[in-house]
Amino acid sequence: MAQSKTPLLDDLEKGAWPSFVTEMKKAAAKKANSQDLVDQLELSYKDKTGYWKHGGIVGVKGYGGGVIGRYSAKPEEFPNVKEFHTVRVNMVPGFFYTTEALRSLCETWDKFGSGLTNMHGSTGDVILLGTTTENLQPCFDELSEKGWDLGGSGGGLRTPSGCVGMARCEFACMDSMDFIQEVTRHFQNEIHRPAWPYKFKIKCSACANDCAAATARSDFAVIGTWRDTLKIDQKAVNEYVKGGFDIQQLVVGKCPTKALEYTGTELKFDAENCVRCMNCIDMMPKAIKPGKDRGAAILIGGKAPVVKSAFIGWVLVPFMKVDAPYTEIFDLISRITEYFDEHAKARERIGELIYRVGMGNFLKGIGLTPQPQMVSAPRANPYIFWQDEEVVKHG
Amino acid sequence: MAKTDFGPPDYRTMIPPVIANNYGKWSYHEIPQPGVLKHVSETGDVLYSVRIASARLISTDWIKEICDIAEKYCGGYLRFTTRHNVEFLVSDEKQLQPLLADLKGRGYLVGGTGNAISNVVHTQGWIHCHTPATDASGLVKAMMDELHGYFTTMKLPARVRLAVACCVNMCGACHCSDIAIVGIHRTIPRINHEGVAKACEIPSVIAACPTGAIRPNPKLKSVEVIKEKCMFCGNCYTMCPSMEIADPVNDGVSIWVGGKVSNARTAPKFSRLAIPFLPNNPPRWPEVTDAVKHLVEVYAKNARAGERMGEWIDRIGWERFFKLTDIPFTEKHIDDFTFAPTTFRSTSQFRL
Repeated sequence: MAQSKTPLLDDLEKGAWPSFVTEMKKAAAKKANSQDLVDQLELSYKDKTGYWKHGGIVGVKGYGGGVIGRYSAKPEEFPNVKEFHTVRVNMVPGFFYTTEALRSLCETWDKFGSGLTNMHGSTGDVILLGTTTENLQPCFDELSEKGWDLGGSGGGLRTPSGCVGMARCEFACMDSMDFIQEVTRHFQNEIHRPAWPYKFKIKCSACANDCAAATARSDFAVIGTWRDTLKIDQKAVNEYVKGGFDIQQLVVGKCPTKALEYTGTELKFDAENCVRCMNCIDMMPKAIKPGKDRGAAILIGGKAPVVKSAFIGWVLVPFMKVDAPYTEIFDLISRITEYFDEHAKARERIGELIYRVGMGNFLKGIGLTPQPQMVSAPRANPYIFWQDEEVVKHG
Repeated sequence: MAKTDFGPPDYRTMIPPVIANNYGKWSYHEIPQPGVLKHVSETGDVLYSVRIASARLISTDWIKEICDIAEKYCGGYLRFTTRHNVEFLVSDEKQLQPLLADLKGRGYLVGGTGNAISNVVHTQGWIHCHTPATDASGLVKAMMDELHGYFTTMKLPARVRLAVACCVNMCGACHCSDIAIVGIHRTIPRINHEGVAKACEIPSVIAACPTGAIRPNPKLKSVEVIKEKCMFCGNCYTMCPSMEIADPVNDGVSIWVGGKVSNARTAPKFSRLAIPFLPNNPPRWPEVTDAVKHLVEVYAKNARAGERMGEWIDRIGWERFFKLTDIPFTEKHIDDFTFAPTTFRSTSQFRL
């Protein structure tokens, strides 16, 4: 048997976890570019470094984004990945697919690309990994014909994404899938023709468990919640306890505001102190449900470290109704992104902009009033900015 | 010209009838066995979701294979999770056991539910990124080959979320994970002055530096890096390819712990530095794999039921975390960036 050209990668075909190398080799059996990808990666494993150059500007007609240019740094050695661009395809909200839709997507990608994908990329798009500049337009033409649009890239709105929500979750306080679909449709121009100082991400989780990691991973996080009180079915609570469930340890003791007390027959609840964290509902879904007056909290500024720091989103709107046709929330997004477009420096995320100009100025800029839910505590320093109109004028 | 700006396919055309009929009506769920979710609707309808791990980087052949399975057992419907798992949506209970047997026969791992290590959110790494300090897929594969027993069971105190980012850009936003593995550089960028002068926008390069370590070099129409101020983030390289920072001898991996995104019980938290550096040793990264396994085991042994890693550390204190894990605490663990003072201890309450 001939010696393998890729001994390092071959090792990653062993073991119980699904192997990306096996996947790459399946694609390589059909596609010269995937074979070169395997061979270039083997060299990376040997040399402990990456071999991709900075992206050049590539795209399809009518769009300013959705395609990421990628070029091999070793085109002589690996000519079939000289150009190996990514096509970002807007996924189905909630990541649901019929097999017919997936097969149709695969057919196009087998025809024009490497046959390798990520389901899905970090932002949420279907990532079609690797094709040539020449193939981009015909690939998009066929995708478009089949009903697949591109996602976002560059300094604009990135493909919004969210959790499974009401499709399959009893915790859902809002229709995250429908909201994501409609917000994506509403802001198509901002996704496809990036014209802002930097990226802007919208994510939605239908409850505070935040399965979409919206507060950590998006500039504008929509977190489903309620403003009346949670609903407790005492009979069902006692059923849990009878079944051996440790209600003290897992529910009462974990309530962040000590709003729950179990008497042995009844779960008492201090509604005004509930901060809607979801733990008791998570632990006893048959017995405790979210309230009925539902909507969402909006948090702003979440991002990864570069440049100023990582931020977890900050409360901007403690509660708003988020129901179709979503007029109020779309208007809020427009006001924020207009402010962002006008005030941010190049490559400055909205969280960094707010940190630079001050939350107070930002709130004024977008027309929101300060509320105590926005802070963990008021300021402890006396360095207050007073405006001319707030003081008595002399002379 | 092709049609543009029509957005995503309508989800209503992609969901199985049981979901269309019970949309917004789900009442509760149970996890009858690891990897199987049973959702029960107010209408009495039941949906089983069977979750399997995927490699994230997958071929169209594999997608067609899972389509075959979904057509056989699920009426042709499936979904992916936010963590790259695949879920087969079974509305006919009679299909559940045959599906599970089929998946087992194909060697698929069923799991990732409840108090488990679910699939790992990660970035492209050497496979397709231009600024990586390590690979991501290989690290995930090497780690999960060791840890898959936690994917297929639910024996941990709470869920444990792992993430890998191949550089500090953290495209996977892994900064709020129970355990995050982040590729890092450790040497300053090497400047090709001619290249900077020709192709880079100098003000943007200077502005890209978080610590103000880059200043102009007017003589060469280029820039220079103040070595003492550089903390090797590589953001200048993102702006300017003539400031190469990849260094195969010195690049490697750092490990961060205790982050979470859920609001359940406690607020979302950042992951904090546990291990500043481990070497890149592909294809199996044994040092990283051992360290992560060790962290999971110490957590599993010491945390109380329902406690996420960060909640456990909050209860026992970082001082005991470092003692229990036997990880040396160094000056590298003490923040010296913008918000550093918020992390300094300003109370005499601590454990000795």
